[in-house]
Amino acid sequence: MAEVLRRLTEASGVSGNEKEVREIILELAAETGAEVSVDRIGNVIARKKGRKGSKKVMVAAHMDEIGFIISSISENGMLKFKVVGGIDQRILLSKRVLIGKNRVPGIIGVKAIHLQEPKERNTVINQKQMYIDIGARSREEAQKLVQIGDYACFDSTFVRFGDNKVKAKALDDRVGCAILLELLKENYDIDLIACFTVQEEIGLRGAQVAAWHVEPDMAVVVEGTTCADIPDVPEHMHTTRMGKGPAISFMDRTSIVHPELFKQMVETAEKHSIPYQIKENVSGGNDAGSIHKSRGGVPAVVVSVPCRYIHSPSSMMDMNDYNNTIRLMKEFLKGCETQ
Amino acid sequence: MKELLVRLTGIYGPSGREEAVRQAIRQEIEGFVDEITEDVMGNLIAVKKSSNPDAKKVMLAAHMDQIGLIVTNIDENGFLRFSNVGGVSPFNVLHRRVVFQNGVTGAVSYETELDDMKKLKLDKMYIDIGARSREEAGKHVQIGDAAVYHAPMAQSGDRYFGCAMDDRAGCAVLVETIRSVKESPNELIFVFTVQEEVGLRGAKTSAYTINPDIGISVDVTLTGDTPKSRPMAVNLGDGPAVKVKDASVICHPKVKDLMIQRAEEAGIPYQLEVLEYGGTDSGAIHLSREGVPSGVISIPCRYVHSAHEMVDRNDLENAVKLLTCILEKEIV
Repeated sequence: MAEVLRRLTEASGVSGNEKEVREIILELAAETGAEVSVDRIGNVIARKKGRKGSKKVMVAAHMDEIGFIISSISENGMLKFKVVGGIDQRILLSKRVLIGKNRVPGIIGVKAIHLQEPKERNTVINQKQMYIDIGARSREEAQKLVQIGDYACFDSTFVRFGDNKVKAKALDDRVGCAILLELLKENYDIDLIACFTVQEEIGLRGAQVAAWHVEPDMAVVVEGTTCADIPDVPEHMHTTRMGKGPAISFMDRTSIVHPELFKQMVETAEKHSIPYQIKENVSGGNDAGSIHKSRGGVPAVVVSVPCRYIHSPSSMMDMNDYNNTIRLMKEFLKGCETQ
Repeated sequence: MKELLVRLTGIYGPSGREEAVRQAIRQEIEGFVDEITEDVMGNLIAVKKSSNPDAKKVMLAAHMDQIGLIVTNIDENGFLRFSNVGGVSPFNVLHRRVVFQNGVTGAVSYETELDDMKKLKLDKMYIDIGARSREEAGKHVQIGDAAVYHAPMAQSGDRYFGCAMDDRAGCAVLVETIRSVKESPNELIFVFTVQEEVGLRGAKTSAYTINPDIGISVDVTLTGDTPKSRPMAVNLGDGPAVKVKDASVICHPKVKDLMIQRAEEAGIPYQLEVLEYGGTDSGAIHLSREGVPSGVISIPCRYVHSAHEMVDRNDLENAVKLLTCILEKEIV
């Protein structure tokens, strides 16, 4: 199970460039016996026909991650870049990245502390001043390795540490993808349609297309979400707490969770004694935002695995939360059969 | 109109929790329409059919939801932290009384160590429901529960003020229009929408299902007639406003001109409205499917999104008259 997470999080899949992730998912989804296809925008759709087939339940997780796109190459071989998705520019300095399909290594650089004016040391360096250094001496040399428009992702490996914790990049939302692959291993009465979506981080785009052609009766979005249970953050801003179980959302900036489905999710957790928490924040958004507004409307609910430091190269998750999210989702889908 | 407005503005209905408003409106219009349904999002859809075989489908929308405060955390001393549902300004909610769905009331206050009121943000504020502990508070309110202003409607002369005029005033206008339209060459589909305040969501899905030929929404708009207000050529009491544009829609000239023509024919006072910020359901309706020519009739309203939104009785009555004139004739 951890091996799947490792493969998924170490793959490069910045929004619009989800191919590596898609290949892994296509391989693993096919092994579950699901009927697998790729739609025109690049979403992977894996269908498992139900025993009764009375209800179509869409489960969605996005394949893409935040990252970078190379925008120009300077004369001295340094790469200028733009960010894709929401990134805190303070975390970028000195990070390793991998560029393009050949995974060319590079470092996000800025002039060394010795050369900085005192004033510069006390301010956050703007992303526009940064560059990626791939060790090339000239534009010509750089162009042999990298092209303008190539994507770059953080270079960060999957590591297990501490008390059942993991560190990786892109847990948002490869953790959701891994969970969907687990769900596909079982059979249900309902028609299960697992959608691995593209371009969530830049505006919930893949999900909009998927929801349109899947035309589900209801939807569950599985996410990796903010977890701010860290020093100096007041308790009421924690959002979620690590190790306290899957977080069920009641609302965010892109959707208000369908009250009946929220209730059904909470009751499922209670009935099966699965630890859970209510997500205590309404900021941010996810694929439910476009799915629930599709066509005449789709009831949708969101379940998330708490992840500290998301949108950074080192996000962190508790494997217990991950396993409990799988348990909760399986019971929920089984419960849909009797609704 | 007054009694209807008192009833509708007094009902709890933040975005996503419109059940009680839906119930009340259903009761008001039963017997005046041919068909009433609710869709998966919670929109209330009332149809007045036409005997005309070439009837155009006209969708009329007013939103049932109001802005609110949603509880995100309960601290150990029983204070409720909250975030906004829709456009909530910290200054508008400060020291207001608010009420939850189950009738529990609370006062909104803030962390008083804050030295500069300009820094007042919702995450420095809380709702005090008088509980002494998390356990005590948890008996009354859960995380995810939403509160709205507690501000029963008052009247001063021709002016009515209270919370949720945005957009129960529009709902009241549609209800009265449903009662007043006798015979129409058009098929009229009145939609009382959900979740307008959080992004025109109910209008988007209902417009898809209905697939109308024309869309008209009725909502409040701002005015420019109070001391040193931001300039805007809409005055309270000068008549319903025919919207030209706002941030969500440029009204279709055909629909806008038709509204003006009908107002002039019938001698109904009206004003033209250009709203710089904000939007309304027509913003979603006009982009549905291949596009729907859409317009808006606006009710001038002072202090929008405060606990004391103020409208003028004459504007409401004239809006009903104007809508009736529009709907009872052919819409080209």
